[in-house]
Amino acid sequence: MSYLEFLYKYAPSFLNGAVVTLEQTALGTLLAVIVALIMGFMKMSSFIPVRWVGIVYIEIFRGTSLLVQMYWIFFVLPLFGITLGKFEAGFLAVGLNLGAYGAELVRGGVQSVPRSQYEAATALGMHPFTRMRRVIFPQALLNMLPPWGNLLIELLKATALVALISVADLMFVSKQINMSTFLSAQAFGTALIIYYIIARGIITPGMRGLECKLAKKLSIG
Amino acid sequence: MSNESFPLKLEGGDVPMVRFDRVTKQYGDLTVLDSLDLDVKANEMVAIIGPSGSGKTTVLRMLMGLELIDEGVIYVDGQPMTHMEKNGRLVRAGQKYLRRMRSSIGMVFQQFNLFPHMTALQNCMEAPVQVLGLSRKEARERSLELLKLVGLDDKMDQYPARLSGGQQQRVAIARALAMRPKIMLFDEVTSALDPEIVGEVTQVIRKLHDEHSLTMLMVTHQMGFARDISDRVCFFYEGKIAEQGSPEQLFDNPRNERTAMFLSAVLEAD
Amino acid sequence: MFDWRWDFTIEILPRLLEATGNTLIAAGLGYLIALVLGLVFALAQRTPYRLLTFAVRESIEFIRSTPLVLQIFFVFYVGPQFGIRLSPWTSGMIAIGLHYASYLSEVYRAGLDSVPKGQWEACTALNLSVRRTYTKIVIPQAIPTVIPGFGNYLVGIFKDTPMLSVIGVTELFHAATSIGAETYRFLEPFTLVGAIFLAISLPAAMLIRRFEDWIRASLGMTKLHAKD
Ligand SMILES: Nc1ncnc2c1ncn2[C@@H]1O[C@H](COP(=O)(O)OP(=O)(O)O)[C@@H](O)[C@H]1O
Ligand SMILES: [Mg+2]
Repeated sequence: MSYLEFLYKYAPSFLNGAVVTLEQTALGTLLAVIVALIMGFMKMSSFIPVRWVGIVYIEIFRGTSLLVQMYWIFFVLPLFGITLGKFEAGFLAVGLNLGAYGAELVRGGVQSVPRSQYEAATALGMHPFTRMRRVIFPQALLNMLPPWGNLLIELLKATALVALISVADLMFVSKQINMSTFLSAQAFGTALIIYYIIARGIITPGMRGLECKLAKKLSIG
Repeated sequence: MSNESFPLKLEGGDVPMVRFDRVTKQYGDLTVLDSLDLDVKANEMVAIIGPSGSGKTTVLRMLMGLELIDEGVIYVDGQPMTHMEKNGRLVRAGQKYLRRMRSSIGMVFQQFNLFPHMTALQNCMEAPVQVLGLSRKEARERSLELLKLVGLDDKMDQYPARLSGGQQQRVAIARALAMRPKIMLFDEVTSALDPEIVGEVTQVIRKLHDEHSLTMLMVTHQMGFARDISDRVCFFYEGKIAEQGSPEQLFDNPRNERTAMFLSAVLEAD
Repeated sequence: MFDWRWDFTIEILPRLLEATGNTLIAAGLGYLIALVLGLVFALAQRTPYRLLTFAVRESIEFIRSTPLVLQIFFVFYVGPQFGIRLSPWTSGMIAIGLHYASYLSEVYRAGLDSVPKGQWEACTALNLSVRRTYTKIVIPQAIPTVIPGFGNYLVGIFKDTPMLSVIGVTELFHAATSIGAETYRFLEPFTLVGAIFLAISLPAAMLIRRFEDWIRASLGMTKLHAKD
């Protein structure tokens, strides 16, 4: 079978897999952003118990493997009466894990805003909440977008692990095609290329665009 | 490049220590130096002045071989430096040839560029040991002598971070001298220094000029210093020597309108 | 805790600890490969050969943008298709080494780029050889920049070793899934695996931070450059 024939025959399967991968990536990203904001700000809290929740969360999720976390969520949580479908368990693990890394980016971004900005906002009589929302966070956001771009690529790559709990994503599909055809180079190679296209054709340009937009909005771009 | 019109080497009675022969340098569309001719005699001290961006630094960097030239030939002590002879023709110099030619030139940078992880003494000894193959003992003696010359023998074991800007720059001068160059290049060596310590560096240069036989090219913004130390002053403007002459002639009776404008602007600012 | 069985825990612990040894070996070996290969990739990008530079840069980009687990499958299964059989360990080490080499090459690159241009020029002006310039001037100054990256990726490669279980490398995670399959008990093995990972990666991260400070201090390298 030539590669073109191979592609023609299996394109629909790859496409279905890619759609699931995109869904996992999108839901995982949404969750990761929420977790990152909550945990990042908790870790910056001056109230020690709150800060510790942030620290413990981040250290646990960054200190163990995503695969371990995913298996735990999928196989162990049911013992506590929480049974999730494989699709939900998949993006939940990915989002919770990458969110811990994102939390550090949130913290780094906020702390990269110069002290003088706090002082200027305080001198204008701003409430700490307003100061964060109107002055500090927008600048922090601009600083942290480039590392978030890298993090989202890591997130996309991480979604490949959901195949191991049988979510029918791109990775899963390529494994199945490999098993039925033994054309490993074609099966895995095609999947690799599709991942690359999603990463550099969708995520990277998307984040660049977002950066430009934000920079313009803050009129420094 | 047609090289026919460039001699393979300079011969005759009065061979200059440095010759720029129709040297052109471009960065993309920007012509930084435009068919520059410049001769420097042995033991001559030439000051280079001119507005920012006029190509002064570029002249020194090309002579040091940090930058490739686009056209023309630079000769050092009669030998081509940017080119070498091959079958009776000049071709672009290879790395090995360039390294050999470079060994007669020392350079001091505006930002010192000392090696931060080596002491003053180690900075001075590094190249003599590694490049000239001196024994550590010889290199140490030579370096100590030079650190003494720049008045820093007591600081030989200090790291650059522990030295003031003026002291760092004096170490940098000693480091360049340790290679026993025939030609020394100084690129605005006092511009990164606070005004009150400029003197300690210029004093060292003055001493070199008075007590040692060295050919020197010095880019500077200190007109007073240029005036009383140099044998000749070149005023650069837009990649060309707009005017050159003795310090008295150039500072007191500039013939070129640009020179006059530049001088009145900088002297007023002083 | 809910339904936690200590006798079972004690029963499986030796097996898990033994597998932890394999995990550490896999991480160490993979990291070594990545260190060497990463340096090769970084230096290859500094050669004047445009085509080589381009090919290396694009390959790094590709490897970094695609999942490691898929690369592991690729290396393991593609060999036999062309008559080359690689053991799980060999393919695993190739895949993980290559993957992390592409990350480490960026760390090397950033380190080399962090050394100011003036340092290279001073070396040229003093006629130091290329070798000497790298070994004595540039690399010592690049070290403080690269240490955090090196440390992070060492911990990173350790946490990615469970992926090797997919082709049958018998490391820690593999042991846990085997226990789960044999006994239908998942709580203890997976919780223990998580705990073992934490117990190694947290102190490791702390040690790396200490080491970083120590290197910086011993090189005396904060704020060493002339004012700009
Ligand atoms: N590496 C470079 N790339 C592009 N342009 C350069 C580079 N180096 C210098 N130039 C340009 O060349 C011109 C001359 O620079 P330079 O010799 O440093 O001037 P000067 O030392 O007289 O201030 C300037 O316009 C500068 O911007
Ligand atoms: Mg200059």
